Amino acid sequence: METALSVVVGLLFAAAIYLMLSLHTIRILLGVVLLGNAVNLLIFTAGRFRSEVPPIIAPDAYAPAGDVANPLPQALILTAIVISFSFFVFLLVLAYRAYQDLGTDDSDKMRLAEPVADDGPPKGY
Amino acid sequence: MAAVGVNEIDRSVAMVTKAVSLADWLLIAPVALPILGGAALLMLNRRIAWHAPVTIAILVLMSLADLVLLYRVWTEGPLHMAMGSWLPPFGIVFAADTLGVLFATITAFTGLVCAVFATAEADATEYRYGYFTFYLLMLAGVTGAFLTGDIFNLYVWFEVLLISSFGLLALGSNPIQLDGTFKYAILNLIATTLFLVSVGILYGIAGTLNMADLALKARSGEMSGPLMTFGILMTVAFLMKAAAFPLNAWLPASYHVPRSSSSALFAALLTKVGIYALLRTLILLFPQLGEAFAPVLLVVANATMIIGALGLLASTDIRRMVGWAVISGIGVILVGPGLGESAALGGAIAYAMHSMIVMAGLYCLAGAMSWMAGGQSLQRMGGLALRSPALLLCGLGLMLATAGLPPFSGLWPKAILVEAALSDAAYTTVVIVLLNGLLTTIAFGRMFAFGFWKPAPAAPDEGAELALLSKKRLVPIAAVVVVSLAAGLYPEPWLAASHQAAAGLLNGATYIETVLPGG
Repeated sequence: METALSVVVGLLFAAAIYLMLSLHTIRILLGVVLLGNAVNLLIFTAGRFRSEVPPIIAPDAYAPAGDVANPLPQALILTAIVISFSFFVFLLVLAYRAYQDLGTDDSDKMRLAEPVADDGPPKGY
Repeated sequence: MAAVGVNEIDRSVAMVTKAVSLADWLLIAPVALPILGGAALLMLNRRIAWHAPVTIAILVLMSLADLVLLYRVWTEGPLHMAMGSWLPPFGIVFAADTLGVLFATITAFTGLVCAVFATAEADATEYRYGYFTFYLLMLAGVTGAFLTGDIFNLYVWFEVLLISSFGLLALGSNPIQLDGTFKYAILNLIATTLFLVSVGILYGIAGTLNMADLALKARSGEMSGPLMTFGILMTVAFLMKAAAFPLNAWLPASYHVPRSSSSALFAALLTKVGIYALLRTLILLFPQLGEAFAPVLLVVANATMIIGALGLLASTDIRRMVGWAVISGIGVILVGPGLGESAALGGAIAYAMHSMIVMAGLYCLAGAMSWMAGGQSLQRMGGLALRSPALLLCGLGLMLATAGLPPFSGLWPKAILVEAALSDAAYTTVVIVLLNGLLTTIAFGRMFAFGFWKPAPAAPDEGAELALLSKKRLVPIAAVVVVSLAAGLYPEPWLAASHQAAAGLLNGATYIETVLPGG
């Protein structure tokens, strides 16, 4: 199971990096989403699959008796999913507004903040 | 019945049974206050006149809490508090050592300074869209990152400050802001995701996320597995956050797009969070990784100083110029972990403190200058000396401080770093630090000459109103200059503090002992 998931994580990372190397904002965004999911799977895999038994503790004990599943990765991933989803929504709106206002989705042509034709620094007083 | 069973368990095995004393709640006050303030501002959405006073009141309280916390950490050593009473390493802890509290205190101070500057800049629309809500939440994120003792929690605070900074950057929705925000957002999101990858790998290796527990396991050699992979990913992520050389492209592309007060806050805090996380993980948690990466960090530091100084010389837009000054300052700070010894680390922490305050002041200065001149290009600026002699004095002070010239605060940490590099026989670094200071002086001398001394370009139309500098813009800049001057004239206390912070990082035993008593 770990091996299979590791391969999936690797493939997701590869696809994410390929998409993020693109110039077009929407492809970059899809890359970011894939990257987030790849990381979530990675945390899940790193937490190891010990057992399918949920970690329920008997009322008169403070530690589970036998071998149980590790709940922590799920808590971590839940946090990461919420965060990455909210970021994705923000970026989607931002990319759409940028496309409307700048008239391009090519990040190479988005040059307002770093103009190509710069005056250059003053040369004499 | 479950309730009967619960009473039979010995809770002290897994939980903190002693009630948290009132004084210890102080530890979360610097984080809780701005979050509560941000929530309050959301509710006060229709009463925008209240936003600035509430924000400033919150920031004053935050500064006081930080100062008391600093006093306690200074006299009693590191403090910690376990959330939900779960005993570490299982629950999330907040832990304050000298380094974290020093940075948190300066965060509150620069937050206060920039908030006063912001009251002169923000307009009603920005208030209504929640300028100060984003502002306070960002400060909460930064302070949380400085005070947390759990590495996954550090990631969460990174995201809190990141999403608030997106808000501040995009507020106003000018095309230039959309452009800058998009690049900033994507690149910073990739950096934090890399950090999350390294947290995932770390959890796989160590099985714990508590910083003290991690440090303990790293020191006892219990950790096996691909530690180097984790180290590389994490170092890249933090260097990207800190805008160190090959990973700095997002900073000059985005820091000049929002209001000057937002830029000032970003320049003061966000890159330093990266530096802080780097110091925390490479020096305190994984000293063996710190040693392995030290030569790399030194090369990165040299390259960052060179590229920062060249960028300074090549810019004509004064606000983009300050962005390059931030990068060059990051290069100087990285010399500390690059050399790795106690004196150099102390110098680096002291320089980081100086840089946090002075960079905020510089962005406010650039904002005030471009507001008076009606543009940001050096080519079309001039004559500001006659219109505001007070700003001239403040500008001179800030530029000297940035270049590391006496009598301002930049001199001492740079001298310590040069001395440490000399004793370490890192002569290239010595030359580059000095060269960086020289080039910075030239670039800022030019900014000063063109902005203030040069006669004003073509006289404005007759009857056109020239913008006059209000106290709201001048006072924050002057406050920064006074603090920097005081720190330069009487450097003993803050240099001693940064040396104690460095010693705490290098030793680590006190920190571990505080969070996990008895190991």
